[in-house]
Amino acid sequence: MEFLGLYHYWVFAILLMVGFYAVVAKRNLIKKLLGLSIFQSAVFLLYITMDKVDGGTAPILQAGARNQVFSNPLPQVLILTAIVVGISTMALGLGIVVRIREEYDSIEEDVIEERDRS
Amino acid sequence: MIILFGVFLLTLLVITALAIVRTDHLFVAVILTGIFSLLIAANFFLLDAADVALTEAAIGAGISSVLFFSALSLAPEYERPSGSANRLLALLVVAVITLIVVYATFDKPRFGDPMAPVHQHVAPWYIEKTPVYIDIPNIVTAVLASFRGYDTLGEVFVVFTAGIGVLFLLGLPPRGGSGDGSDASDAGLGLRHYLIPRVVGRFLIPFIFLFGLYVQFHGEYGPGGGFQAGAIVAAAFILYALLEGQEQALRVLPSGVLLGLVSGGALLYGGVGAACMVLGSSFLDYSVLHADPVTGQQLGILLVEAGVGMTVVGVLLIIFHAFAGRKSR
Repeated sequence: MEFLGLYHYWVFAILLMVGFYAVVAKRNLIKKLLGLSIFQSAVFLLYITMDKVDGGTAPILQAGARNQVFSNPLPQVLILTAIVVGISTMALGLGIVVRIREEYDSIEEDVIEERDRS
Repeated sequence: MIILFGVFLLTLLVITALAIVRTDHLFVAVILTGIFSLLIAANFFLLDAADVALTEAAIGAGISSVLFFSALSLAPEYERPSGSANRLLALLVVAVITLIVVYATFDKPRFGDPMAPVHQHVAPWYIEKTPVYIDIPNIVTAVLASFRGYDTLGEVFVVFTAGIGVLFLLGLPPRGGSGDGSDASDAGLGLRHYLIPRVVGRFLIPFIFLFGLYVQFHGEYGPGGGFQAGAIVAAAFILYALLEGQEQALRVLPSGVLLGLVSGGALLYGGVGAACMVLGSSFLDYSVLHADPVTGQQLGILLVEAGVGMTVVGVLLIIFHAFAGRKSR
């Protein structure tokens, strides 16, 4: 049980770094953005993991039910809006990638750097 | 039992993430990202975050895949292999940071611990006072639209700004667009030649739309609200555009209407806040909107959620059209 108590956080750590690896080691711009979205999802997972209360339920009041334990609504609110903001910023990033592709005819970082130098 | 299911899902999540990074076929990577989103949505649901799960499923698995595919259609499908020296260094850095973060987790409160610091601060107040001040069942909606209305206003403006940014970068397809119909015909027709997707899609669209409206207006009682509803309604229109072609979709919902939705939603949200000030209270304090403060709060939340929904639909559709319109040029 001790092991399971931290498993969510370990998965967060691994996902965070898998995403980070894609951002730093991959040279393809779309792959970098996919890595960024994994990184982002890992942070979402961290927040949502913290909202869970043992024996709790989703924070929606039910008429007639007394002494219900609710999970924490606050991280849910933060992440709910963050997901929508995330897709908007991701779209902005993709827009920049599309423009780069049109100007440089490539989405590989090293090719773009070469073009810039020559 | 549920925790074992959670562990299973989380392990699948890690495997999917590794597969996304490993594959050099970008098309496969995007499909895997959709699977990743669905898995993480299931996880959110297990962690009692029904609203977040709904949002993630609609946005991550639906709309984000469509956007990545539109971008991919303008870029090569395969990524080129990169040098190995770079990769070793990155692996080393990543491994070290992973170990540091894992080490740090030993100080975290155990999973589900009710005494964790997060649950001691304002959250109990929200849970206790929602029935008193706002009297709607969904605490998440109450916190989102009323208690923390400022945050949400800010997020709506971030979404708005991102939409404007994409418009600056890519621009909307020209109105009408029938000047060079011959070379645009392929992209403009969508899936009109394919019978089965068309029949099934047409059958689905009204139901998706109806579900979106339900999520919008039932958000105070169950999981849902403007963000989720906006994403779902946008998905219905995107499906329509994929089936019938972009031109037809822009004829049904012209770009002027979309721009009106984007700015109208943000204005509605801000306007409700300003109206509260005019009526003699502070910004976004809805209690003064009605003689009865609780009804005022409910009215304010309804209006604000409508504003959020409008902006999200408008921005997501504008982004989609900006990407899809790029193809035919």
